[in-house]
Amino acid sequence: MSALLQFEGITKRFGGVPVLRDITLTVEAGTTLGLVGENGAGKSTLMNILAGNLRSDAGRIFWDGRPFAPAGPAEAAAAGIAFVHQELNLFPNLTIAENLFLTRFPRWGRLPWIRRDALGTQTVRWLREVGLEATPETPVERLSAGERQLVEIARALSLEPRLIIFDEPTTSLSDRETRQFFELMSRLRARGLTMIYISHTLDDVLRLSDRVAVLRDGALVAHGPRADFDAARLVTLMVGRSLNQLYPTRACWEQSVPAPAVRPLLEVHGLTQPGVVRNVSFTLHASEVLGLFGLMGAGRSELARMLFGLEPFARGAVQVAGQPLQGNSPRRRLQHGVAFLTEDRREDGLALEASIADNLALVTLRRHARRGSGWLNRSALAEAVRSIRAAVRLTPTARDTAPARTLSGGNQQKVVLGKWLLAEPQVLILDEPTRGIDVGAKFEIYQLIHQRADAGAGVLLISSELEELIGLCDRILVMRRGELVDELRRPDFDRERILRAALHERTAA
Amino acid sequence: MASHHPPRTTNHEPRTPWLVRWLGGEHLVLWLVVLSFVGLLPFTPDLASRENLANLLLTLLPLLVLACGQTVVLITGGIDLSACAIMAVASVVGGLAMNGDTGWLTGSPWAAPVGVLLMLAVGAGLGALNGLSVAVLRMPPFMVTLTTMMAGGGLAIWLIRSETIYNLPPAFNALGGRLALATLITVALAGGAHLLLSRTLLGRWLYAIGHNARMAHISGVPVAGVMLAAYVLSGLLAAAAAVLYTGQAETASPLLGQRLLLDVIAATVIGGTSLFGGRGKVLWTLGGVAFIKLLDNSLNLLNCSFFTITMVKGAVVLAAALLDATRCRLLEAEA
Repeated sequence: MSALLQFEGITKRFGGVPVLRDITLTVEAGTTLGLVGENGAGKSTLMNILAGNLRSDAGRIFWDGRPFAPAGPAEAAAAGIAFVHQELNLFPNLTIAENLFLTRFPRWGRLPWIRRDALGTQTVRWLREVGLEATPETPVERLSAGERQLVEIARALSLEPRLIIFDEPTTSLSDRETRQFFELMSRLRARGLTMIYISHTLDDVLRLSDRVAVLRDGALVAHGPRADFDAARLVTLMVGRSLNQLYPTRACWEQSVPAPAVRPLLEVHGLTQPGVVRNVSFTLHASEVLGLFGLMGAGRSELARMLFGLEPFARGAVQVAGQPLQGNSPRRRLQHGVAFLTEDRREDGLALEASIADNLALVTLRRHARRGSGWLNRSALAEAVRSIRAAVRLTPTARDTAPARTLSGGNQQKVVLGKWLLAEPQVLILDEPTRGIDVGAKFEIYQLIHQRADAGAGVLLISSELEELIGLCDRILVMRRGELVDELRRPDFDRERILRAALHERTAA
Repeated sequence: MASHHPPRTTNHEPRTPWLVRWLGGEHLVLWLVVLSFVGLLPFTPDLASRENLANLLLTLLPLLVLACGQTVVLITGGIDLSACAIMAVASVVGGLAMNGDTGWLTGSPWAAPVGVLLMLAVGAGLGALNGLSVAVLRMPPFMVTLTTMMAGGGLAIWLIRSETIYNLPPAFNALGGRLALATLITVALAGGAHLLLSRTLLGRWLYAIGHNARMAHISGVPVAGVMLAAYVLSGLLAAAAAVLYTGQAETASPLLGQRLLLDVIAATVIGGTSLFGGRGKVLWTLGGVAFIKLLDNSLNLLNCSFFTITMVKGAVVLAAALLDATRCRLLEAEA
């Protein structure tokens, strides 16, 4: 085997802060390299240098034995490097086929007319390869996040690359799509394609890679065949300390501590919206962390959005602390003490260009304004920001005035969580609060969730990661195709039973 | 503003060149005004004459008031193309009410105050029309205010059949014509807008909506109400500008501010307020307005024709946009 790709002493700084320190790493042709590290460890930066989006400050890259310094993404693509990004880079208004072939439409010779027939057949071929059932003419905006990810992968494959970089490709895929994607990866590997696979799901990395490289704070801290690693060791290497456990325990789970009194906080009766949810009833109690599990498309997020007044429902009733909910706006929900951390922090969680302080203060701004004039008490506001920064342990290096965009994913999520926690909600709805953030930040967010529950709030936690729900919740509800199909208490938590309830669709019907 | 002085020898941040710091500084435009004033002085010594400065200031004031309204709307991510048309309608209505010949209020000692209130009401009303269309009916601000501009411009001419109204109450004319009084009014309005944006709940909400309206809605911001307020405010400030202009000219005319719209938008954007929302300050707008007015004035003094002035202004606005793009890139690279 020969080295297809070599990094030699790659170093990169952003505004004086080193993000990559002297990375030397070899990828053999036909192998898969698993690249892991916390957010901000430098994985994406390293890949962006390889893909021509960034230039390194020092060091060299050898591609196929020759020095390689791509001036831009086009040059990297021409050399045979394809990059499937974590954030989707598709044009939602264009069709799948147009997205795939935007820069190289099949044409009639050199004439500027597109050969629609060839475009269609070629697109169908790549869609079949990734297992997406959609016609080439489907506009991308009609696809789900998972399907868009598959289109992105199809586009990368259609370049017929020699090396393909997957940066967190499964975060927006459903379980079924993830399995299909892994099958695709093994087919590609069998065909001799070289791959770099970046993921926070360590079990997947260990299963799919030949070799594993671990980055921490911009430095390569470990590199070797996958047999040298297990998940626990990877975590230790990534965070630089050993995490005794992945999930915190609550005091009330101990036998010796009496369980808190059961007081219903959020009561949902017969919530129905045709095609989305059907007859959903449940109760969330004070001091309870209630998990909501289901596959993509089961209606979990939609249910949460209905509870927060962002989507309508046809029938049903919702009460908070015995009071029926009034009106249908997030503002009214806040007045009832309900808070909602949305699934997509970039789209509707943060103002990326606004400062960290402004983001943190937004939800509770009214409390610091004088009635009538709206004059803000700036010292009280600054004090609130200071206290919540400490409470969520936001990175101390970021200034209050820096745009939220400059934070890493984990810190951005702490800002979103912080702005809701400032409102001291009695009902906290969290939709995928730890998606795409690193292990250390995850643990801190778990602790914050438990703290809020210990303070008497009810937490409704939606997650695609079953392990997370099992680790954190007092009770788990399972949702399938818009209906609640199972309910388990902590002593009865059973991975298999939950998965079966969530999956068991066609056979049961 | 010491931080803008180039050679800081102690230099704890060695990789930020002074040029970048200066270009990225938020008072860049104010500095450009000073620089161009000094640079133009040798060519047109009249620029610094007492009368000219007074004249410059007098014409700058209403433009600043208008531009403050525009700033508020741009911060929400919208645009108000109808500001100048609202000004024309307010001017005409005020003239119809107050003039000494056929006015509804002729002879009344309350003519001036009632007339001003009437003008402000017209501005607020038309602004509310814009605001309701944008916030409640969810129509695009560009289309809404474009139609208000066209309809308003027509309405102003129709109301007085293309005549110009003279013989306004002297007390009214003094508001815009007496330099000290006009300056006082403008400082109060611009200062109020500045405090509103920087120190109040409404101000923070305006920025939040401009950054990300969906996020603001989910975070409990009453988005529709805040948007409505932005357009009403813009309409009110347009009416206030009408008071100043009309008083200055001592005539009410439907053609008032016909050519002003592009100046207003150009001045606001040159100042640094973003057309995409979320970014803008009254102080920046002051810089933009001063820059545009200085350009107008000096080219006039250099005996340039109207057409030359327009062309030069176009080129300068383009250069300012280029500068803005460059400095955004520089700041991005620094971050």
